Amino acid sequence: MTARYVGRRLLQSAFVLWLAATLAFVAVQLTPGDPAQALLAASGATSDEIAERRAQLGLDDPFPVQYVRYLLDLTQGDLGRSWLHGRKVARMILEQLPPTAALALAATVVGVFMGLSLGVLAALRPSTWLDTVATTVAVLGLSVPTYWSGMLAIFLFSLRLGWLPATGEGTLRHLILPAAVLGFGFSGSVARLVRARVVEVMEEPFVLAARARGLPSRRVVFVHVLRAALAPALTVVALQFGFLLGGAVVTESVFARRGLGKLAVEAILWRDLPVVRGVVVCGALVYVLVNLAADLAHAWLDPRLRAGADADVRL
Amino acid sequence: MIQWGSAPRRPLVRQPAAVLALLWLVLVGLGAGLAPSLAPHGAVAADTDRGLQPPGMGGPLGTDLLGRDVLARLLWGGRWTLGMGALALAVDVGLGLPLGLVAGTLGGWVEAALMRLVDALLAFPGLLLAMAVVALLGAGTGSVAVAVGLATAPAYARVARSAAREVRAQPYVDAARAVGCTPWRILVRHVLPNAAGPLVAFAATQLGWVLLNGAALNFLGLGVRPGIPEWGAMLAEGRAYLRDGPWVSTFPGLVLTLTVLAANVVGDGLQEALRPH
Repeated sequence: MTARYVGRRLLQSAFVLWLAATLAFVAVQLTPGDPAQALLAASGATSDEIAERRAQLGLDDPFPVQYVRYLLDLTQGDLGRSWLHGRKVARMILEQLPPTAALALAATVVGVFMGLSLGVLAALRPSTWLDTVATTVAVLGLSVPTYWSGMLAIFLFSLRLGWLPATGEGTLRHLILPAAVLGFGFSGSVARLVRARVVEVMEEPFVLAARARGLPSRRVVFVHVLRAALAPALTVVALQFGFLLGGAVVTESVFARRGLGKLAVEAILWRDLPVVRGVVVCGALVYVLVNLAADLAHAWLDPRLRAGADADVRL
Repeated sequence: MIQWGSAPRRPLVRQPAAVLALLWLVLVGLGAGLAPSLAPHGAVAADTDRGLQPPGMGGPLGTDLLGRDVLARLLWGGRWTLGMGALALAVDVGLGLPLGLVAGTLGGWVEAALMRLVDALLAFPGLLLAMAVVALLGAGTGSVAVAVGLATAPAYARVARSAAREVRAQPYVDAARAVGCTPWRILVRHVLPNAAGPLVAFAATQLGWVLLNGAALNFLGLGVRPGIPEWGAMLAEGRAYLRDGPWVSTFPGLVLTLTVLAANVVGDGLQEALRPH
């Protein structure tokens, strides 16, 4: 893996992150309403106290000053302070992160496993009943709202069968239903792209050559095709990670789990914009990092991709 | 036997699943549109004596905690859910299509700049971006629709730009430019008609996404006022008495799922049928 490629991707990621953070900053700046007033007016503060709070929050400084301060703070991991609670946003997010992260990771594992299975099954015999069934399950995963499948899962496995807890967090048992529900939703996108990729790969010359050499079909599939299809599956997982992060928010609400979801919804209802901005910027950070890691891993696995537009392909 | 070749292109009418899906969408649309005639007593007529009755005894789909008929609420709620979805899709295509087409047709620094902007927006997870826009606009029905449309417009822009780029690479565009066509004329007379197929297909898939996520925001309580029978909001209400009245959430969940599924299937079908060759 060339240093040039790594350097280029790092620079790209940094640029996208900077642009995303800037958009988030500008969006909050452009929103009308004075946070200091909103915070203190209810408690009957005088206009002097409100002005003092404004200065405290740094809202009187000119736009460029606020922007530079915002960027510098970001590089140090400071996401500002909540307008509602006055606490540091970064701390609030870190506190709520572990349950959400656990859910997202568990759901990824479930989703990848299901998605790979469904996708490969569908691609092995395209346009037959097997393909139709597997693809339908995948499309269902994409279409069923996680908030409903979550409720169905609670109803069946918790209320009726009593196998698993309906709400709360803390143990692995509490994680099973939410992770399964969210993972199922995730598996749909994975399955579709894995299927498309495996169908493509099956048509490539090296596969025909392997068959011509007389290798049994099953071995050809499981060894050669799967290995070639695994690399793009990584990229798919990375690209769909956004769904996981958003889906975790909703799933937490259904299963009454603590986490970033609750934090975000409360912040939105109270228009606590620094918290909302902090959550989305963190979401963007995670997404960019995951995609960067996937691209680098993908390039390491498949040398043809490192070339880029300006080099010829040497196999 | 493993099939080693690829399947041929199929027009929409030869795809039974897509036809069924389209019929469902029409059915749901009609149901919502005809709600005043089909459920003239409205969706909010409460009768606590008949609260939480299962399907059969209290109306065809049962009643909820306040005695409101679930079927009537489904029909009227369709107006909310589908209406918000339509508005969101309009925002999505209205913003994403021109952005992507202009970027793909003009190329050069315009394309580079616009696509960097799109990349930055796509870095934010979709639902979270929609939630952030709702925070900026203030919670409510219109905010949710606009937010969901805005959140998915970058994806549409990307698809529109790829489609435009493909058309731009065709020889007849070179010919048009050689004859002296302005970029605008090229866009309107060459790019748009030839890119239309995949763009329409993707719009159908986007409809599924906006319905799903719009209802999600309503489920979380960020959209419609309490009591409005939007399908996502109905799910949130029904969650409270899942043990004693599962039908209250089952039917909106089922109808929403089928509608999103139908949109996805139609989108897939259109993609299959309108694939450029």
